[in-house]
Amino acid sequence: MLSKKEKKLIKEIWERLTPVAEDIGSEALLRMFASYPGTKTYFSHLDISPGSAHLCSHGKKIVLAIAEGAKDISQLTVTLAPLQTLHAYQLRIDPTNFKLLSHCMLVTLACYLGSEFTPVAHAAMDKFLSAFAAVLSEKYR
Amino acid sequence: MVKWTEEERRIVRGVWEKVDIDEIGAELWARALIVYPWIERYFGSFGDIFTTTAILNNPKLAALGKVVLSALDTAVKNIDNFKAMYASLSRQHYEKIKVDPDNFRLLAECITITIACKLRAELSPQVQATWQKFLSAVVEAMSSQYKLKKKKKKKSRPDQTWRKFSIE
Repeated sequence: MLSKKEKKLIKEIWERLTPVAEDIGSEALLRMFASYPGTKTYFSHLDISPGSAHLCSHGKKIVLAIAEGAKDISQLTVTLAPLQTLHAYQLRIDPTNFKLLSHCMLVTLACYLGSEFTPVAHAAMDKFLSAFAAVLSEKYR
Repeated sequence: MVKWTEEERRIVRGVWEKVDIDEIGAELWARALIVYPWIERYFGSFGDIFTTTAILNNPKLAALGKVVLSALDTAVKNIDNFKAMYASLSRQHYEKIKVDPDNFRLLAECITITIACKLRAELSPQVQATWQKFLSAVVEAMSSQYKLKKKKKKKSRPDQTWRKFSIE
């Protein structure tokens, strides 16, 4: 459960990250591919080498979707409805991978924000990304 | 047994050299308790750990953080054979402290993120991957003694009765 304070903090952080969505998103993906090579199996149709156009555009897409969800967390199910359908019926990504990307997103944020990524911010972000992943996999079964 | 290339050993030592045990140790448990509050169940004797401020200023938590990082120092310096060195620590956590071993994984994640806040761009994707491989080995070593003790089989003695009667 996210408090009002936590929702405000998350919204502020993602607003700050929107202008650098490509950098944050591509870095999080690169971290995930390096630490969890099995995740690369979902991207065999793309060039996911560091700095590639595919990696940058896909990273940007992911961060902008998360930022959109962060604008009104109470409406996550409505905001993510099209992405729920996409992931459940087309992409069919095993939902355990959402945890792996979430962890790498947290490490990316820690590296980007440094000491600003306080334990309180970390807790709020972890809760938000868990909720985001749970909503994303709601239509799986 | 986990195998390490020269490059991986260099990366793990490189990360560890930049860790200030006093600084990171002090933050480590604060981060774990704030992000995963259910860990509180193991800290009944640590005084006030029920608000963010209390957690961030608790000297016992800071001291425990340094204990954990000192144990990690042993693993860094004995990267090929620390599993045996960790056996008694693992047994202690299983039999005496009774810690759910999933908490080792959660603490490992907090260690990585605390270090990431400090090292920032120096914790590149490849460095993170190698550092996490090391922490996974530590988690495995800490979980190694979480098993049922084998019951000692009683040695069966041959029946001596017939021998006693034959002497007479």
